[in-house]
Amino acid sequence: MSDTPVEARGLVKQYGRITAVDHVDLTVNRGDVYGFLGPNGAGKTTALRMMLGLIYPTAGSVRLFGRDPIGEGAAALDGVAGFVEAPRFYPYMSARTNMRMMAAYDGDEAPERVEEALETVELTGRADDKVGGYSHGMRQRLGIAAALLRRPNLLLLDEPATGLDPGGMRDMRTLIRRLADGGMTVLLSSHLLAEVEELCDRVAIIRAGRIVYEGAIHELKASAASAYRLRTSDNATALGVCQAQTGVAAARIEGADIRMEAGEPTIAELSVALIEAKLQITALVPEGATLEDLFFRLTEGSTPGEIEVPDRPAGVVGGTA
Amino acid sequence: MRPGVLTVYRWELRKLIALKRTYIGLFAAIGVPLAFTISLALRSGRPNDVPFGAYVHQSGLAIPLVLLTFASAFLLPLITALVAGDIVASEDQNGTLKTILTRSLQRGQVFFGKVLAALTYTLVSMVLLGGVAIIAGAMVSGFNSLTTLSGTTVSAGSALALVLASFGVYLIPLFTVALIGVMLSVVTRNSAAAVVGTLVTVLLIELIGILPGLESLQPYLLTRQFDAWQGLLRQPIDWSPIAHAAWVCALYCIPALVVGFLVFLRRDVAGG
Ligand SMILES: Nc1ncnc2c1ncn2[C@@H]1O[C@H](COP(=O)(O)OP(=O)(O)OP(=O)(O)O)[C@@H](O)[C@H]1O
Ligand SMILES: [Mg+2]
Repeated sequence: MSDTPVEARGLVKQYGRITAVDHVDLTVNRGDVYGFLGPNGAGKTTALRMMLGLIYPTAGSVRLFGRDPIGEGAAALDGVAGFVEAPRFYPYMSARTNMRMMAAYDGDEAPERVEEALETVELTGRADDKVGGYSHGMRQRLGIAAALLRRPNLLLLDEPATGLDPGGMRDMRTLIRRLADGGMTVLLSSHLLAEVEELCDRVAIIRAGRIVYEGAIHELKASAASAYRLRTSDNATALGVCQAQTGVAAARIEGADIRMEAGEPTIAELSVALIEAKLQITALVPEGATLEDLFFRLTEGSTPGEIEVPDRPAGVVGGTA
Repeated sequence: MRPGVLTVYRWELRKLIALKRTYIGLFAAIGVPLAFTISLALRSGRPNDVPFGAYVHQSGLAIPLVLLTFASAFLLPLITALVAGDIVASEDQNGTLKTILTRSLQRGQVFFGKVLAALTYTLVSMVLLGGVAIIAGAMVSGFNSLTTLSGTTVSAGSALALVLASFGVYLIPLFTVALIGVMLSVVTRNSAAAVVGTLVTVLLIELIGILPGLESLQPYLLTRQFDAWQGLLRQPIDWSPIAHAAWVCALYCIPALVVGFLVFLRRDVAGG
């Protein structure tokens, strides 16, 4: 029995000719707030469905705390809660009745737990209204409440803040943060980089069913700012110096500048080398590549896996892993 | 404590109670015998071409049997299909299946809880139809002795027992219809398709029964088992059609149950 909240290995889901999830490996460790980032149709929901045992993988396996949600069914979901896409309830029953039912289906009908969960998402005042009359945001909160009812150690959330107003998004993030601080492991999917950046410490970026990056978010950030522009009194000589410097990659002349890819320490060494070569530096600036740019580069390339993130070989997963 | 089939059953019943469509069938189960009995009270005509039709004015206990003959072919299968065909498919369409399957319940428990709820609904609607028919019948034509299909007469008390037993025997093919409905509900994932599909199945089987050249199949048709109860109203009681109905219905309902169960266990829940 393993202690790892989520271990997906070689996960594949094929829908006819579409490969929705293509050999995904994912490890979420205890205490992680893990972002599962990708554009529409990337396969996030499909991967989460397999983790929750709702759909059968074409190949590969999932283990939640070492147990198999596909083979063992609900027994593997002990200590696990969450939802995929919009949470759904019985529209003709009140939120409280819906929650009582969920509690019964969890095997613990203590009414205080229902009230406590409703309180957490601030729905107590509306709990006797039929869910059919609930707004999108209220349903989303009820979805969280239904998940919390299970007192999970692992929370799997599929785009929890989607469709919420700015206040709702902030509340959702505050709640997730609070739950994570309380020791809960969270895996949340999103197509909003800012959300993941704010909440998560580790991230997997998925594109067309494949993981194109997995690692700590600060490493991703560091690699994002790894392109530099250099302008000197003599670019031709400077290019030679750059190319001779270990750690500098893809140095080339671009208009009036030299463009290269390197980490910060390399750039520091390079500046000394340039001075020693008696070159006058007029500009040495990091390329304006933000995390956002990197995200787009990772998710909008022509074929997945062809883009390399420089200097971070450990974090990069290229093609089929 | 782990939740189980009974947890699901209990909540399925609560859901049925909260749902409007539940009451359509129940109203029909009450309204049809009521309307029939009232029309008998108002007019002296009688349905001569069905068993016991000739006696509706002599004994109120003939009335539930006439109604059973009428309702067994279409009305009760319809009421049954209305809920059985809906019970899984509606959750598919509303996306609530994923909600309950991510709790602590195994898929099999959810399936059998739903099967039990569908059968309960079938039972309740039949009890209502039969109960209303017996009470209204007795009020209109009296709680009198009844002439059996063999021409003998049985006392009112024995006749009541036979009427109740007849409804009980009719439950065998009716439960079979319910299980076919649940299976179609699982397989089609569409409420309307499953409800209509169940009725079409019943009608098609009936159609096979009247096609020339297929007479040899007759004894094995589900719809032929709908009047197996008539064996009870012969003297001495003829148990052979009842025993026959039991195993023929098993040939229909066991595969339906197994297919429904396996498909529900193995299928992807991706809707909603
Ligand atoms: N049940 C299904 N049948 C057929 N194709 C499907 C099914 N579910 C998903 N797909 C396909 O799999 C791919 C991944 O879909 P998925 O819903 O997992 O994406 P996603 O990353 O969750 O996107 P979004 O951000 O829009 O929610 C898509 O091409 C989709 O069309
Ligand atoms: Mg999605």
